[in-house]
Amino acid sequence: MNTELITGNQKNLFIKSESKQKLLAFASLIVMFIIFSLASSNFATFSNVVGILVSTAVTGVLATGVTFIIITGGIDLSVGTVMTFGSVMTGVFITFWGLPIYMGILGGLAAGALAGLVSGTLVAKLKIPPFIATLGMMMVAEGLNLVISGTKPIYFIQRPAFRKIAMGTVLGIPLSVYIFLGAAFIASLILDRTVFGRYTYALGSNEEAARLSGINVDRWKMAIYTLGGFFSGLAGVLMASRLNSAQPALGSGYELEAIAAVVIGGTSLSGGQGTILGTIIGAFIMSVLTNGLRILSIPQEWQTVIIGAIVILAVYSDILRRRKG
Amino acid sequence: MRKLTVFLVLMVLLVISCLTMAADEIYIPVISKGFQHQFWQAVRTGAEQAAEDYGVRITYEGPASETEVAKQIDMLQTVLDKAPDALVFAALDSKAAIPLLEQADDAGIPIIAFDSGVDSDIPLATAATDNYAAAGKAADRMAELIGYQGKIALIVQDQTSHTGVQRRDGFIDRIEEKYSEIEIVDVQYGGGDHLKSTDLAKAIMQAHPDLDGFFGANEGSAVGVINAATELNKAGDIIIIGFDSGNLQLNAIRSGLMAGAVTQNPVGIGYRAVEAAVKAIRGEELPEVIDTGFYWYDKNSIDSSVVKPLLYE
Repeated sequence: MNTELITGNQKNLFIKSESKQKLLAFASLIVMFIIFSLASSNFATFSNVVGILVSTAVTGVLATGVTFIIITGGIDLSVGTVMTFGSVMTGVFITFWGLPIYMGILGGLAAGALAGLVSGTLVAKLKIPPFIATLGMMMVAEGLNLVISGTKPIYFIQRPAFRKIAMGTVLGIPLSVYIFLGAAFIASLILDRTVFGRYTYALGSNEEAARLSGINVDRWKMAIYTLGGFFSGLAGVLMASRLNSAQPALGSGYELEAIAAVVIGGTSLSGGQGTILGTIIGAFIMSVLTNGLRILSIPQEWQTVIIGAIVILAVYSDILRRRKG
Repeated sequence: MRKLTVFLVLMVLLVISCLTMAADEIYIPVISKGFQHQFWQAVRTGAEQAAEDYGVRITYEGPASETEVAKQIDMLQTVLDKAPDALVFAALDSKAAIPLLEQADDAGIPIIAFDSGVDSDIPLATAATDNYAAAGKAADRMAELIGYQGKIALIVQDQTSHTGVQRRDGFIDRIEEKYSEIEIVDVQYGGGDHLKSTDLAKAIMQAHPDLDGFFGANEGSAVGVINAATELNKAGDIIIIGFDSGNLQLNAIRSGLMAGAVTQNPVGIGYRAVEAAVKAIRGEELPEVIDTGFYWYDKNSIDSSVVKPLLYE
């Protein structure tokens, strides 16, 4: 009960700054959108906006999962290669074993969740710092992807229906966009409305207080990393479906994009606060920016510089506002 | 007593290792730039074939990604410690490897370079594709296919590697020199990452709705362009030309989505490099550059006996 109180208070303290952050992030997204629309007539077209939505789907799903972990004050560096692990396992089930497509998808999700469970166990039971545990998991998954696939890409060409998962369209919008937004909505409900979400904040605010008030901290931590892994698996299925293949060498680098989206969305790396909506906005800011700069044919070297600067700026503005109270 | 046992065991081991070394065939380590991409697996196939044909023993290794220069230097150090009879090496960073190569050269180990050259005269020969010329060929085909005028764009794997730079410059220089009516509207770099290249190509197609042609300078880049054209329903509107092969690219060529591609001869690169190493050990003269060739292939020639062995899925 004590914890409920503590987390309740923590949340109340930050609710103002959190909604401000969301508002600011959302406003910058709109401003960016307007600027790019004015700068290029090819930006605000239906097909380009759909393109932005599609390219946000994979990193957006990754970022949604990693938001939970960052709220607990942890980090997961393995989401990129675990995503690829999910896609490779989906490939193994569907292409190598010839299982029905839905079972392949479930297998990919389970593979991601399993990797998350291992990371969670390392963090919770063996007390290995999350940064190190998930760094190790990142490398393990990277290697396993190559071993399992025999270093070759796995293609889904024989099963054309698989491509529909990400690229089949409803009302002209690819399914991957609906899956991404649906997953984010469910994640948001979990975080806001369930005990699971409440404990996620509790672990990040004050782990010791959570432990003293009788929360089985280890078990919840494991569950949270498992959920993160599950989302990585989902991202992997979406990626495999979009590329029509599982590319075993892909994946590292995506964790940083996901973490950047979470941080731009106002989730603090010190834990205890953050929202899924913020993360989604963060992910959109990243992809609108990338897409807009590409549409304007800004040299790529400079695109990278600009995006890096925006990440720093976003976090700094957040710190400034918090300092002011 | 114990000392004596240890001494005896050591002596026995020493004798055995001397015997095996004397009886052992010629040992040639092959260090490639990587092993994940299908290209490097094809090179490996060729190297192993040559090893079998010439009755030598090879090992084939490479770092996990093509950016791990330091790891490759470590691998180089390790194989040199094994006192090989010759060394076959594809440098990730040609300058970084020079001190070790000098050391090997001083030890009398013949060195053969492959894939990309080393900025040094130590390697006796280099077995490689002339990427600059190959990309020039792709540019010629592009010009022909779009009717010698219009707008084109490029996705290249990166702006730092030898192959990336050569393919980009080979293509662009040829267009600028010979085809003044063709405008290159954008050049972007996707790191060979299929997903990133797809998003990149899509953005370029959005920015230039009247694009006539698109060149993807390696497998991942080309696949990205194919995906982008499919997702935007632009199949048929844009002439797409690729480089290298791989399942998705071959499929796109068969279905007509991609006009054609340039392929290197990776199996040949591996074979000729190991062959050159054997010749060097025997003291034979070698040409400085062993051009392993490149081929343009399209729907009609994809299954021909000349092209088929060069392609990998």
